[in-house]
Amino acid sequence: MSSLRQIAFYGKGGIGKSTTSQNTLAALAEMGQKILIVGCDPKADSTRLILHAKAQDTVLSLAAEAGSVEDLEIEDVLKYGYRDIRCTESGGPEPGVGCAGRGVITAINFLEENGAYDGMDYVSYDVLGDVVCGGFAMPIRENKAQEIYIVMSGEMMAMYAANNISKGILKYANAGGVRLGGLVCNERQTDKELELAEALAKKLNTQLIHFVPRDNVVQHAELRRMTVLEYAPDSKQAEEYRQLARKIHANAGKGTIPTPITMDELEELLLEFGVMEQVDESIIGKAAA
Amino acid sequence: MSSDIVAQNKALIEEVLAVYPEKAAKKRAKHLNVYEEGKPDCGVKSNIKSLPGVMTIRGCAYAGAKGVVWGPIKDMVHVSHGPVGCGQYSWGTRRNYAGGKNGVDSWVGMQITSDFQEKDIVFGGDKKLDKMLDEINTLFPLSRGISIMSECPIGLIGDDIEAVAKKKGKECGKTIVPVRCEGFRGVSQSLGHHIANDMVRDWVLDKGKATHETGPYDVAIIGDYNIGGDAWSSRILLEEMGLRVVAQWSGDGTLAEMEKTPKVKLNLLHCYRSMNYISRHMEEKYGIPWVEYNFFGPSKIAASLREIASHFDDTIKEGAERVIAKYQPMVDAVIAKFKPRLDKKTVMLYVGGLRPRHTIGAYEDLGMEVVGVGYEFAHNDDYQRTAKDIKEGTLIYDDVSGFELEKFAEKIQPDLVGSGIKEKYIFQKMGIPFRQMHSWDYSGPYHGYDGFAIFARDMDMAINSPVWKMTKAPWNK
Repeated sequence: MSSLRQIAFYGKGGIGKSTTSQNTLAALAEMGQKILIVGCDPKADSTRLILHAKAQDTVLSLAAEAGSVEDLEIEDVLKYGYRDIRCTESGGPEPGVGCAGRGVITAINFLEENGAYDGMDYVSYDVLGDVVCGGFAMPIRENKAQEIYIVMSGEMMAMYAANNISKGILKYANAGGVRLGGLVCNERQTDKELELAEALAKKLNTQLIHFVPRDNVVQHAELRRMTVLEYAPDSKQAEEYRQLARKIHANAGKGTIPTPITMDELEELLLEFGVMEQVDESIIGKAAA
Repeated sequence: MSSDIVAQNKALIEEVLAVYPEKAAKKRAKHLNVYEEGKPDCGVKSNIKSLPGVMTIRGCAYAGAKGVVWGPIKDMVHVSHGPVGCGQYSWGTRRNYAGGKNGVDSWVGMQITSDFQEKDIVFGGDKKLDKMLDEINTLFPLSRGISIMSECPIGLIGDDIEAVAKKKGKECGKTIVPVRCEGFRGVSQSLGHHIANDMVRDWVLDKGKATHETGPYDVAIIGDYNIGGDAWSSRILLEEMGLRVVAQWSGDGTLAEMEKTPKVKLNLLHCYRSMNYISRHMEEKYGIPWVEYNFFGPSKIAASLREIASHFDDTIKEGAERVIAKYQPMVDAVIAKFKPRLDKKTVMLYVGGLRPRHTIGAYEDLGMEVVGVGYEFAHNDDYQRTAKDIKEGTLIYDDVSGFELEKFAEKIQPDLVGSGIKEKYIFQKMGIPFRQMHSWDYSGPYHGYDGFAIFARDMDMAINSPVWKMTKAPWNK
């Protein structure tokens, strides 16, 4: 167990977390690493590219059918996909009811207690949008993920989310061992995106571990529910993910405690890089004449 | 002499506060005082969040709504909605007696819970609640309605129990009441009373279901929970003086009684703290006046009967005098027997929101003196009402901590402490006689003339038990 590396991918919803994480983990599998992916999103689509499936049966939906989580066997919830990557999804309620955060906690406890992690080199958690409550912070709590990778872009809201997630990591970094592994910038072709991402990484006391360029081959692979590594293993984009995988593999123990910044500092940063224009304070809150 | 007591007790408060850290002492100081005659209230802050680290005796909103207000309504099924613990530990509510056949037309002795499991939290519990309400109606066809008492997790996960209640109410034609009494709301059980009152207003009274024939002497007993039969020993006096008691809220009460109440002539309010809200509502909406009364001890009973009668014609006024005269010989006998044994004995009280002031008269009728008074969850208006009944130098302690109450008792050395089960054995081990003033210690009733006889016997039994001669308090070494 001591050699088990636990990592997690966080980031704003729609930023490409699941795509980035699955491609990177596929590259890690290519390197011979044994991998378990734990999807922590009620939508249960964190493993579709590995499994070539729309969505898999989740821990919680199976538990609800069977009566309780104690009635489940671990084999029921584990699926094997590309290069034998183990996949499981926590699942959760339909939007607007119940408590998805509690679902994540239940599912992770079940997986741990029932040996889902045995024999693995990597466990990777893919967590939805933002750390909205304690349940979604589960993967960054004590004895869970050692390093968090935040997927972001040069867009303001993505950077805002990255900063917020850093706050969550900071909270648990002092109590437990969680560290910020780095930012992964998923190119959106905004102005000075690379520079901005590097500047934010510096402010957050971390590194921009990789800048993933935009490439349509990712979409082509997605349409076939495949990772780029599997769909087009010789493409330039596959090589980008391999680079990211190698960097993450070499990054063990090198995570840092983040230094989240204030909203004002973040806005200053955006102003500096011309992403945001100086706001004329005199027009705030005034309706059209 | 009395100014000596004021100074002495003020010094005692200082001594107690000195033990606390500065910040805690500053906060607690506002809840402790010594009453000085002529002041309009007791001079303490109340209804404020308890301090972490003090052993507070308070309950939660669920306790107030389920355990006090709704739970005693006997012909409804009260669902503890959430994980099993809250329901299990509130099984049987308080000692609110109710007539009827358990499980047939009374559910007071039953505990019914939705027994939330992990999957109900994760996926939401509305479907389970929906199904459960069907099952209740199948199992208990004679139940008149159902209340859904919300435990903490229901509020956290945002279940829509109101929508379920409305839908099922339409389907089965019964009254189904969702009560948002999550325990984390408010600072004590007091908010639970208020929430429960509001739900009676919205889901029972304002539906206007009463169709009965009314009479000129219709009254309702509001805020008597029939602890050990209190409401029964009260009701007979009201009926003997010629009133028609249409409803008992909520001890041994029914849904139909609550529905009839908006047509009474006068609401008689015993527990002001827990049911003033609904009394005020009925005054504003239906123009029904309400009067506070006190049926502890003959002095207060007589005064209350006359006060109640003053709202009616001579028939009732004469009836009140007749009742007072009828019971006078019995009262005289009780006092003749017990006063010599209890005269000049001192009492410290720490109870919920009413009894510390309401029982003072009964103690005084027996020659006893109340020297310390405090409430768990009283508000400012309760302390104002208390000021009328206490003497110069009375020690006042709001939301008292375990340490404070023990220290006060140790220094004041009362002949009796009246409080709850959690306090009982502490004081008995200190060598101080004790009576439970929430539950009447498996005894009661204490209301009315019949209740006074039992009250007098019980206080004598506690104070004059020979067992105290065989113990030695630590400070008597």
